[in-house]
Amino acid sequence: MTRLTLTLRERPSQRLDLSPLVPHLLAGKSAREIERIELQTTRHRVELGEVFRLRMGEAEQICVEGGCERLDYVGREMASGEILVEGDVGIQAGRLMSGGRLTVRGNAGPWAASGMKSGVLEILGAAGDRLGGPLPGEIGGMRGGIVVVCGNTGERAGDRMRRGTIIIEGDAGPYAGARMIAGTVIVCGSAGVLPGYLLKRGTIVLGDRCDAVSPTFVDCGVHQLVANRFMAAMIESHSKSAARLMRRPLRRLAGDMAVLGKGEIFVGYETI
Amino acid sequence: MPGLTVKGIRIDDTFAEAFGMRATALIITADSAKWARQAAVTMTGMATSVIGCGCEAGIDRELSSKQTPDGRPGVRVLLFAVSTAELQKQVQTRVGQCVLTSPSSACYSGLDGEEMLRLGDGLRYFGDGWQISKRVGAKHFWRIPVMDGEFVCEAAAGLTKKAVGGGNLLIIGRTAQTTRAAAEAAAAAIAKAPDVIAPFPGGIVRSGSKVGSKYKGVPASTNDAYCPTLRGAVKTALDDDAGSVLEIVIDGLTSDAVASAMRAGIAAIVKLGAKRGATRISAGNYGGKLGPHHYYLRKLLP
Repeated sequence: MTRLTLTLRERPSQRLDLSPLVPHLLAGKSAREIERIELQTTRHRVELGEVFRLRMGEAEQICVEGGCERLDYVGREMASGEILVEGDVGIQAGRLMSGGRLTVRGNAGPWAASGMKSGVLEILGAAGDRLGGPLPGEIGGMRGGIVVVCGNTGERAGDRMRRGTIIIEGDAGPYAGARMIAGTVIVCGSAGVLPGYLLKRGTIVLGDRCDAVSPTFVDCGVHQLVANRFMAAMIESHSKSAARLMRRPLRRLAGDMAVLGKGEIFVGYETI
Repeated sequence: MPGLTVKGIRIDDTFAEAFGMRATALIITADSAKWARQAAVTMTGMATSVIGCGCEAGIDRELSSKQTPDGRPGVRVLLFAVSTAELQKQVQTRVGQCVLTSPSSACYSGLDGEEMLRLGDGLRYFGDGWQISKRVGAKHFWRIPVMDGEFVCEAAAGLTKKAVGGGNLLIIGRTAQTTRAAAEAAAAAIAKAPDVIAPFPGGIVRSGSKVGSKYKGVPASTNDAYCPTLRGAVKTALDDDAGSVLEIVIDGLTSDAVASAMRAGIAAIVKLGAKRGATRISAGNYGGKLGPHHYYLRKLLP
């Protein structure tokens, strides 16, 4: 299958909305129709053909060559197929994704995977604040799917997450997994202060150091649980380091007792 | 009954008649193969016939740690019932009483079925509010806290409506010892066949039954035509040299699996020979009017 390739001509003069460039919206469109898709986020009109050189192919596989932090909403509401970005992306990459695979070979801005429902989002660089988190006014964050960040993440990764799995192979910023309703956040590196702040349900796994865990989490001892082995087997194809971490004996901290207290933080750094 | 003779063993020109059933497969794992087997054996106990047990169940095969979802040794068990509702009830009861209770056990779906049965979705209430739901990709499982840690159980198990129950072989020999030797050889061969179980003790049944009875309300009674001690008293199906008859009943996830298992069983009996084993192989049927699956012995010869 020949993939549809978009090569960035130069750094865009304004932030661009790339949400129309998802497989199910491009399917059946001609090259001319694609080049005339409007991408502007200001009053100044920008057509795709002005900023990208288009090489036609199957819309099920889209490749964006040359990334930029001004490319916003990449893969928004993506339902199927694959998008590969060879570079950085802006805000809300993979927001409301319901299927398919989005790969960013660079860094992603804030709110990547926000409200994601299904599919796979892989960020080979770092991700900004509120990975998988809700936008202002929304009740829930990520609702399904798998997010893998090879680098570090900003504040509040997994904020108000309801379902799904976030794997951070690098370090997580403060408040990772804050206000989680359910789901799983795995941090292979270190975590900033107060992971799982106001955690209701859900699982946070911390592999390395943590600046401060809230005293409202209670120690339940060190365990090597079958469930974690099962999880390890299921995430192994996405992250070998996260799978290794899940197979280790981990200390279980139940909480956050300041709220419902049915969640848990597994810490590996005390059990090495 | 006319038939063929292979290595001195007479093969009746008849067929085994089998019925459509509902079935599921479960994978039970534990910290050791011993405890996985223990849970599986307990769970599939008293499950020889749907007539009196509600379901027919048995061990399909043992699994290495590389073949199970959680990387521990495991066992795949199959359960068969006549209706989805009955199968659901049996799965819930048996997993709840025999697998949940077994040290270090976990239970997963062992079949991608067209429909699903509730597994952990029903057992989770044992967690009394402390159960944890986890969903990764298409997999959904429950973590139920128990006294040795957690019982991990997949939320649902696949169901197939293409299963077949009642494939059978009647093994006839001169003495009880030689007949049993032939039946044991066949049962061992069938145990190695995939996607099938032989639910009776050791895979062998000595009390083959006919439908009905002279007594009111008794659904099945002894198959007098194959009882050697009644040979002169009833319309017998046995020859003069027959001193013992054993039967192997086979349930499979597909009709092909049942046929393959029967073929393996016949091959094992033939390999043992007439001197050390059986002198005749037959099969049970109801004239072909009740069950849609017919397995002709002549088509299954080695």
